[in-house]
Amino acid sequence: MKKYDAIVIGAGHNGIANAAFLQKAGLDVLLVEKNDWIGGASVSRNLHEDWIYSNCSYVCSLLRPEVYRALDLAKYGLQVVPYGGSVTFSSDGDYLGRYTDPDASRREYQRHSPRDADALHRYERDVMRQCRFIRQFLLRTAPDPTSFKPRDLLELLHIGRELWALGEDTIYDTMRFYTMSIADYLDEYFENPLIKAAKAGSGIIGSAMGVMSPGTAYVLLHHAMGDVDGTAGAWGFARGGMGAIAKAMNACFEDHGGTTITGSGVEQITTRGGRVTGVALANGDEYHARTVVSNMTLPRTFLECMDPNDLRPEFLDKCRNFKIRGSSGKLNIALDGLPEFTALRGNPELIQADMHLVDSIEKLERAYDDWKDGRWSREPYLDMLIPSLTDPTMAPPGKHFMSVFVQYVPPKIEGRDWTDADRDAFGDNVLNRIEAYAPGFRDRVMHVEVRTPRELENEVGLTEGNIFQGELTMDQLLFNRPIPGYAQYRGPVKGLYLCGSSNHPGGGVMAAPGANAAREILRDLRRPNTVPEGWTDD
Amino acid sequence: MKTFDISDRDHYRTKVFPSPFHSRQAALNENKVWSRWYDYQSVPAYTCETHDYFAGRNACGVFDLTPMTKHRIGGPDALPYLERLMTRRMEKIRPGRVGYGVWCDDHGQVIDDGTVFHLREGDYRLCSQEHQLDWLLMNAEGFDVEVFEETHDVAALAVQGPTSFAILRDMGLPGIEKLTPFGLAHFDFEGTELTISRTGYTGDLGYELWIDPDHAERLWDRLFAAGEQRGIKPLGSKALDMLRIEAGFILAGVDFMPAMHTVRPGHTRSPFELGLDWLVDFTKPLFNGRRALLREKAEGSRYAFARLDIEDNKPAHNAYVFDKKGNTIGWVTSAMWSPSAKKNIALATVETPHDQPGEDLQVEIYYQRELQWNRKMAKAKVVEGPFWAPERRRATPPGEW
Repeated sequence: MKKYDAIVIGAGHNGIANAAFLQKAGLDVLLVEKNDWIGGASVSRNLHEDWIYSNCSYVCSLLRPEVYRALDLAKYGLQVVPYGGSVTFSSDGDYLGRYTDPDASRREYQRHSPRDADALHRYERDVMRQCRFIRQFLLRTAPDPTSFKPRDLLELLHIGRELWALGEDTIYDTMRFYTMSIADYLDEYFENPLIKAAKAGSGIIGSAMGVMSPGTAYVLLHHAMGDVDGTAGAWGFARGGMGAIAKAMNACFEDHGGTTITGSGVEQITTRGGRVTGVALANGDEYHARTVVSNMTLPRTFLECMDPNDLRPEFLDKCRNFKIRGSSGKLNIALDGLPEFTALRGNPELIQADMHLVDSIEKLERAYDDWKDGRWSREPYLDMLIPSLTDPTMAPPGKHFMSVFVQYVPPKIEGRDWTDADRDAFGDNVLNRIEAYAPGFRDRVMHVEVRTPRELENEVGLTEGNIFQGELTMDQLLFNRPIPGYAQYRGPVKGLYLCGSSNHPGGGVMAAPGANAAREILRDLRRPNTVPEGWTDD
Repeated sequence: MKTFDISDRDHYRTKVFPSPFHSRQAALNENKVWSRWYDYQSVPAYTCETHDYFAGRNACGVFDLTPMTKHRIGGPDALPYLERLMTRRMEKIRPGRVGYGVWCDDHGQVIDDGTVFHLREGDYRLCSQEHQLDWLLMNAEGFDVEVFEETHDVAALAVQGPTSFAILRDMGLPGIEKLTPFGLAHFDFEGTELTISRTGYTGDLGYELWIDPDHAERLWDRLFAAGEQRGIKPLGSKALDMLRIEAGFILAGVDFMPAMHTVRPGHTRSPFELGLDWLVDFTKPLFNGRRALLREKAEGSRYAFARLDIEDNKPAHNAYVFDKKGNTIGWVTSAMWSPSAKKNIALATVETPHDQPGEDLQVEIYYQRELQWNRKMAKAKVVEGPFWAPERRRATPPGEW
């Protein structure tokens, strides 16, 4: 068997980015993927006639512009198009819109609360201050606060300096932001229940926490810290679906001489004498390398693909205790025509981006209560988009692809495994919810792909179906991500590295963990660095 | 009546609303170019910037103020509330008077500046650049006041320039001659109330007219009829900007960042840093930002506001400001060639103590001639007071022209 310089496990966006940076540095890299297609959670698939679905992740903002540029993703075909207005429907037949036009947006807020319309500036200012603080650490390795290595001390000092530079108010706010619930945070700015509900969604997406759970304010930040073309907080569609990101990265990787093989997953990361030697695939093939990089989740890497004898029991225990709880599902829908939301009365502007069905913080919390009971939410939080309104490549003219992110969805149903019947009933509930706001919707549905945590785990490899490869809570962030002492992408076995979203700075199609891990690997191998570091001010 | 219905969910069909003077503006808008001022269409220049400008300096220029954010503050505690909010002493602004002021956050940083109109005993209108309802209501806690935004309930015109008084008098407004600078009075206008204040953003003789939007067109017509022989012309926002720079007036978002919109630490300014020391009254026992401003007063400010007289004739747009040794000590925030003062003028933010009148500084000016860019280090001198302040602005009764 051919020997490679490095093997990267899992062709998701982080795995491919990692492989591409290593390959660019002159390493001979093999990228292995269990599915017949690449992309992981950054995937576009054709499951019904001429439709392309963004099967998992569905919108783009967090992808680091520095990675975009360093890997020349534009040259390899990636285009990200910012999107327009969004809407939150309330059950009383009204809605709160967000228009592309800032004055129209302000008038829309004023329609619900004149005071909140003005408070929006204060809110956005404070959120942006936090975003600007955190953004600079996304493409940097977190320091180990217990180490006395000059590098860690300098990085700690750097964080301290940046924190100090925020000024008195923002320093206090930072501490509060990382520990508060999104419900409490929004109460400090807004009075209108619908406005609060519309804003709160970003605080729970992908998280198994409720809007009233401490720590959800940070999750909101995680959704606000990205940008499209320097417009901070903006989101867009990757043309051709989110798979276009993985595709462009992989084209870069292969263009530089890298090899991607699909169709068989890693059964075992092989070791000898306390260091990795390569991987053994499910189909029996073995590949060798002195460097193995896992883009799999923390538990999947260590609890499923390694010999426990190579690992310390305490370490294994921490892997088992890693919070990676599934909380969401997804419906990908081929539509014969656009849904007609009664409340909109034909308004074509607000369906261009995310649509939600939610009334209040309290209802969002009740949706979470269902999850705690081991059931999917009867009135789930939906984040719905119709990318085909913007992207002509997703569906035939006049037809549409609708992406419906659903929360909450438990990894197990009242303690037992999901069945196909559960999945169908879950999908049905979601379709009926939409139908209630857009009569005739179900008649336009031509095909649905329903994904519960079961499908997300089995197909994408996301343990328990957690889309962030691990909760984004303070105990699992920065130098504590994924677990204390292992936050610098190096595994407990020599030659083993981690590059997935289980690592700093976490999930979202950012490619940051993959890039950061590549930088560390190249450092260990004493190769020239190919990975951008830091950030460019907006 | 309101200019539009804020509760209409189909408001999206009109992204930019016509002002109540729209039909009249459209007829005179020779360029057919419109700009936006929050919810409304606004005219950048009716004929051309310079021509519009000279209407304001030479005869009478009329500017549509309707889009400006207007708040109403009333109730038994209106005065103590305003004393708490504003840095200046508000009790001095008696009914029928207007005062310019700023309001600060707890750190003594300016949230916005604006004018307070004491319309009747305990009934105030606050005009500002930014929307302030959130801050105004946050501050209303513990006060028996009613605060709401009335931007769309009031149509407003600035009538500015040397013939403005004569035109208003000829319109038939008895007593207008008695109005002193910063005074206001109410008049009957065809059965509705017309409020006129002797205020403006031009540093010249001028008035601002406030009326129900339903009577807006009628007001415009009567005004223009009365002014026909006295050179009345509408003026657009570009000309207004020239007029206010000559007068040395600052503009939020241009000459300083409003604190509620400022993300980066250190990018806001205190009243001292904007040259507004005279608006801070420490004899008031309590007002927002007092403690921080006291500290700044004792320790000194980092920045200062400076008006610069620059050699040569090339406007110093966006220029860096240097001291004599060439150290960067600030930047220009507004700049123009002043047709009235015949000077190359600028408003600037400089580090203290470089704001002392007479201080010699330099500015780096980039200018284009026939597409080619040139650079010039120009001498600049800090000057005191406005660049243009004709005596006629203060005369009561005002002159004919």
